[in-house]
Amino acid sequence: MKQFNELLASCNETAFDLRFTKAKNWKLAEKNRLLVGFLPIYFPREIVCAVNGLAVGIMGAGDRKQIIKGDAFYQSYICHLPRGIIEMALDDNLNHFDGFVFPAICDCVRNLSGMFKILKKGKFQRYFDYPQNFDPSIGGIFYRTEMERMVNDMFNINGVKVTVEGLNKAIKLYNRNRKLIETIYDLRQEFPWRLSAVETYYILRAGLAIPVEEHNKVLEDVIEEISNERGEPMDNIRVVVSGSFCEQPPIGLIKSIEMSGCYIVDDDFMLGPRWIQGDVASDTDDPFGALTKAYLNQSTFSSAVYDVGNPKGKRLVELAKRRNADGVIFCAASFCDPALLDRPELQKECDAAGIPHINFQFHENTGQFKVIKEQAGTFSDSIKLWA
Amino acid sequence: MANPKEAIKEKSMVIQKDMLAKQFHELSKAKELGKKVVYTFVPGNLTELILAFDMLPVYPEINALQSGMRKRSGSYIKDAEKIGFSEDVCTYVKCDIGMMLNGNVGPTGEKLPDPDLLLLSYTGCFTFMKWFENLERLYPGVEIAMLHTPYQEDGRITEEQISYMVKQLKEDVIPKMEKVSGKKLDYDRLSKMLENSVKAENLWVKILESAKNKPSPIDSYFAGVYYMGPLNTAFRGTDIAVEYYTELYNEIQERISQGLLPINPEGEIKEERFRLVIEGPPNWTNFREFWKIFYDMGAVIVASTYTKVGGLYDHGFRHEPDKPLESLSKYCMGCYTNLNLPQRIDLIEHYIKEYSADGFLINSIKSCNSFSAGQLLIMREIEQRCSIAVGFIESDLVDPRYFSYANIKNRLESYFQMLEQRKIIMQQEGVPV
Repeated sequence: MKQFNELLASCNETAFDLRFTKAKNWKLAEKNRLLVGFLPIYFPREIVCAVNGLAVGIMGAGDRKQIIKGDAFYQSYICHLPRGIIEMALDDNLNHFDGFVFPAICDCVRNLSGMFKILKKGKFQRYFDYPQNFDPSIGGIFYRTEMERMVNDMFNINGVKVTVEGLNKAIKLYNRNRKLIETIYDLRQEFPWRLSAVETYYILRAGLAIPVEEHNKVLEDVIEEISNERGEPMDNIRVVVSGSFCEQPPIGLIKSIEMSGCYIVDDDFMLGPRWIQGDVASDTDDPFGALTKAYLNQSTFSSAVYDVGNPKGKRLVELAKRRNADGVIFCAASFCDPALLDRPELQKECDAAGIPHINFQFHENTGQFKVIKEQAGTFSDSIKLWA
Repeated sequence: MANPKEAIKEKSMVIQKDMLAKQFHELSKAKELGKKVVYTFVPGNLTELILAFDMLPVYPEINALQSGMRKRSGSYIKDAEKIGFSEDVCTYVKCDIGMMLNGNVGPTGEKLPDPDLLLLSYTGCFTFMKWFENLERLYPGVEIAMLHTPYQEDGRITEEQISYMVKQLKEDVIPKMEKVSGKKLDYDRLSKMLENSVKAENLWVKILESAKNKPSPIDSYFAGVYYMGPLNTAFRGTDIAVEYYTELYNEIQERISQGLLPINPEGEIKEERFRLVIEGPPNWTNFREFWKIFYDMGAVIVASTYTKVGGLYDHGFRHEPDKPLESLSKYCMGCYTNLNLPQRIDLIEHYIKEYSADGFLINSIKSCNSFSAGQLLIMREIEQRCSIAVGFIESDLVDPRYFSYANIKNRLESYFQMLEQRKIIMQQEGVPV
């Protein structure tokens, strides 16, 4: 138990180390290693891994850093995440990063890529566009070109060429990573008291700042620990939290939801590492093709993906049912257009399926949780009493 | 608050008013006339393609801004918020949804027809995608086509991007348009329309560049949003659009020859005291009051970025009749909000220099992250590069709760005082102004 608590403490420290010490040390340990920072949500980290690089998730400064310069870059009505990231960039937290990737999820992140270009942070700054056309011969080709452009950027820095063998190896490692994460979620579905949502969060977020092999070992240790009884079952309801896929809620908020009587049995806090559902083919002669196919056919639902033909409302309901959840908590960052524009439709689908729900908004540096705790507590009580 | 007088109208304005009246009347009769209706967006629109199928386009953001100008947007937005839309999100979307909840009555008081096709051809705004997902749910079962426009991430349009777009057009968008309209695409007809587009685009560039004159005969922002209307919406590619721009161009030439200054709703500016470049869309709910603050101070907008959301013709783009799909693709990718931030800064710098501007002003819109995120950095870069006085105000597109007349007026008056002072100092130092 002591050892496990140390593991959790280490994950906590890594997850919120805004100087990314472990990642930087990894880079410095060998020549020709690369650090590539990426923003939420999803990015195919395999392609970085395959060229002797480490893709590091930059999930914002949260409530761990005072924002001074960042506020001079953003108006009050723009979400908090980019101002924290700019602050980190200007305060040299992101030194030693070779490049930055800005996945196409909204206009704020898109324009942040341009700000990094102007501020000349990193050797490359890529807005990584995702196809919204899912035909392999149209969107598939586009997606592949985007990945190849990135590979070229990295080759220009360290001269490492991607090989079929190397990329297949990286795919295997990340397949393992996703499988282990899902095993943890499956175990938590059955025994949510064995690993709290906050602990789960530390473990998953830490994985964005260390090599995948190391993270896989952490996940294996976690699974071993929670396969045995740990903690005490509580009379809590079970909820799915939806809408926090980009700007991250402060730990205090996740803790408040749990303390008010809700087991979080699924969430989209760390959606990127869970984006691809199932394995990517890892034994082909065309690993770029395999990654492309996985993106087109095995992506989870998200507010960043055009969903006509596969509506995310229905998929959220399916998830809630699969996780045997009593309700859904819509928890989106303020001024997050993708999450907030989806909310009415998602709520409607929950209503149609008879799934109770509540909603609130947050900033990554929100410091007051009393109202949220009361709201979540009342939600929990109402389900326990009357559902 | 100012009380605007009855607007003075020139012939081109009358032509445009008539064009719009006919357009909305035709829309109201679309079902009776057997015309198919396509909902689509302004930036990166495929108007010629829609018209080549004899379908009628409807632009939801135009409906929203019209609702804003007609003081209806406030209640529409509240109605959308009542069904769960957050106060934080784009007010164009909420206004449009609210308008639909209230019967979908257009600006002329006639009901807009339901769509037969939702054509999500959009440029430079991620929220457009969310908007269409919502529309798709409001009109279940309606055919829907998506044209994904890649962003100019690298500051240029690549061959791969063009190929991606052409393939989408050929294999997805056009077949769906053929299915809905019941017609095969007539490429000759499309090319002829594109020839008309080029004619109108050539005139439009001359009109924009007339603001290089000192004094400028036009206001490129407040009047510019009217001037750009036919080219950016349902009329590009038509004879009437060419007629409109010919008339407008002739009027402006006449104004130049007579030494007249820009026209505004109350007459003409008597003296051009300040030449400004503006970044960002205007506020629509208080458009006349907003404009009046400028013309009362003798401030003329000589160039604006907002009038480029429908295309950067003044930087050389023209539709190409002999390469219709490639050129429509390039058009979509070339609109202002699809440029990356460094490109936007370069463009603004170019305008400030080419149009001999005294100042640069940003109207930052709460609703529009595509424009607004990064504007404070744009402002600083422009200040450094051009050594020019910069100003910053905030408002919204169509949410009247975010237009504070007194605050904006105060801030602009201070800005104009600063410009005035700067002119005096520069004159004292012998710097030409």
